[in-house]
Amino acid sequence: MDALVVKDLYKAYGNDVAVGGVSFDVKDGEIFGLIGPNGAGKTTTLRVISTLLTVTSGELTVYGKSVTEEPNEVRKIISYLPEDAGAYKNLTGRQYLEFIAGFFTSGSTKKEMVDRGVGIANLGERIDSKVDTYSKGMMRRLLIARAIMTQPKLAILDEVTSGLDVINATEIRGIIKDLSKEGTSVLLSSHNMFEVEYLCDRVALIDKGKIVADGAPDELKKEYSANNIEEVFIKVVRG
Amino acid sequence: MISHLWHLIKKEVRELLTPATVIPIVIMAIIFASIGNLTGGAVEDTLSASPVIGIINLDGDNETYSAIIYDTAIAMNASIVFESDDINDLQEGLDVVRERGAMALIVIGPDYNESISSGEKGNLTVYWNMKGTGIFSSMSSAPVDIMLSEVSRSTTYALIEESSDLDPENITSPIVYSSTTLLGDKELVGLGPETVAGFLQSQSFTMPMLIMIIIVMLGGIIISSMGQEKENKTLETLLTLPVNRTVIVSGKLLGSAIVGLVFAGIYMVGMNIYMDNLMIGDVDLSEFGISMGTAETALVGLMVVLAIVCALGICMILGAFAMNYKAAQSLTIPITFLALIPFFVTMFTDYQSLSPILQALMFAIPFTHPMMATNNIMVGNMELVYYGIAYLAIFALATVFITVRLYKSDILLTGVGTTVKGSRTRRRMRK
Ligand SMILES: Nc1ncnc2c1ncn2[C@@H]1O[C@H](COP(=O)(O)OP(=O)(O)O)[C@@H](O)[C@H]1O
Ligand SMILES: [Mg+2]
Repeated sequence: MDALVVKDLYKAYGNDVAVGGVSFDVKDGEIFGLIGPNGAGKTTTLRVISTLLTVTSGELTVYGKSVTEEPNEVRKIISYLPEDAGAYKNLTGRQYLEFIAGFFTSGSTKKEMVDRGVGIANLGERIDSKVDTYSKGMMRRLLIARAIMTQPKLAILDEVTSGLDVINATEIRGIIKDLSKEGTSVLLSSHNMFEVEYLCDRVALIDKGKIVADGAPDELKKEYSANNIEEVFIKVVRG
Repeated sequence: MISHLWHLIKKEVRELLTPATVIPIVIMAIIFASIGNLTGGAVEDTLSASPVIGIINLDGDNETYSAIIYDTAIAMNASIVFESDDINDLQEGLDVVRERGAMALIVIGPDYNESISSGEKGNLTVYWNMKGTGIFSSMSSAPVDIMLSEVSRSTTYALIEESSDLDPENITSPIVYSSTTLLGDKELVGLGPETVAGFLQSQSFTMPMLIMIIIVMLGGIIISSMGQEKENKTLETLLTLPVNRTVIVSGKLLGSAIVGLVFAGIYMVGMNIYMDNLMIGDVDLSEFGISMGTAETALVGLMVVLAIVCALGICMILGAFAMNYKAAQSLTIPITFLALIPFFVTMFTDYQSLSPILQALMFAIPFTHPMMATNNIMVGNMELVYYGIAYLAIFALATVFITVRLYKSDILLTGVGTTVKGSRTRRRMRK
């Protein structure tokens, strides 16, 4: 079964159409990248899929469950990591993981889940410090750990590496690769086209709320006889 | 479901009950307690202190009326730091009074006794030694004031005794009346309206002040915490977890209500110390049936809880529109107003004496009800109390309902006002 099917999604803020008829699907176990410039509609699309925003029109299903009809069922199998997110500043990293885990399980499986999160975050002793003492890289690792420890069937990650230094960004890309090896499907957005090329099995290029091209990075490069995805994008947009 | 709720409540309490939020309210309580101590202490001190004075007597000390001055001073245990019968010693007298920190120098005029015996006014000149410029500075000379009015009274009595056989006490205050004050359906035998009003005011001061301060403080904390939740996207994250939105809203509401009650408790301790210290020889009206039993206290407690929930509900609705921490700050203004209006109305006038339109307006503000509850209960005006509770309960439920609706809509994430900015960007992009 497909991890995600998006059919003709429209989303308007008032009279402003942010996403204007987008269709794509994410296969089970695949890493799928939504790429495009700022304001293209990536965050809006991810928020709609994550049950956060209402749908203006269109159909969305996550593992066969409708986002609009059964949002609570969808929430059980997804994990959404917003762009530039933080955590509750008076909690420690571990307390934050415990807080989130409490919504999924209890008892000894909850402890397992938290331990898994602590392992992914890999923050050493600092996992027991208050999160408002964390650097940007530490915070992102904690949040990635939070999103993954629940073993979602579909992880939705908005600009996960933006604003991070090379070391932290590479480490997080590694975590995402491993995640898909364990069978979790991933939908991520990025405006860093090189990153997407390295990470994703398939990508969709989005511009001004519309998908302008999609396919595996290698196919796209061949089709547009370009050296990298950035060139593909420029060729597509300039027409 | 219940475990999720409990989980959210714990998180909320942990986030909100921090040194940064608790310290201001503790400081406030300490300030109240110490104001009570200071004023209470200052009043008691001056009332029990004895006069410290200097006297220059220019009119022979064995005469009837100037002797009264000396007798009164002795009766009041006054210490006389300077004494003379020569006007040339005035400067020296003033210096001694300053140096010794005495309260005043009293100069008895040369014709003092003669003037009084011949039916004219006796002449005293008083040099007051004012220490400091604070509010209580003038109070330090109160014992001399008391002494002088005692001198005046004794002199009157002496004059009356010379010319009449009647009791001077009865001549100076020839009538006596006993008061009974009618209050609601109660008859307070032996009490005048000032006494009753004084008692009710001291009682009704505590509750409005408590409600006002708690709501203003809590409102600020809740709204900025919501602004922070949006800035950190923790709210966004929470809304993608498998938790019912009603549970999220209730968790936030109950968690903050617990914090509000903790604040109220801290504040009450400070306020009680304040009130205890201010009550000097005040009457206790409980023997007249004007008091609150356990059931009545529970009613007021229920109203406080409901008012806190209403305040939180309003804050959550306002907070839903705040996009970040900064925008949240200005949203505390409406809630502050809603708390201040009934506070001033209950302090300076009362509900019963308002016009029907104003009464309706006041009734509509939920915080009015707990503010006037104590007095209504003591006066036996229970109808208003029960209507108030019903209104508070409905209001609280309505705010929860509206908040849940907001949490299900886009507004929580998109806010209001951003559309304008968004449309501008889009138009630019289409070009
Ligand atoms: N809350 C909002 N209200 C109005 N317009 C918005 C809002 N959020 C985003 N938009 C608009 O929707 C479009 C897509 O935004 P977004 O999905 O954030 O793009 P991206 O994530 O690709 O940078 C932009 O034109 C943006 O201005
Ligand atoms: Mg974005």
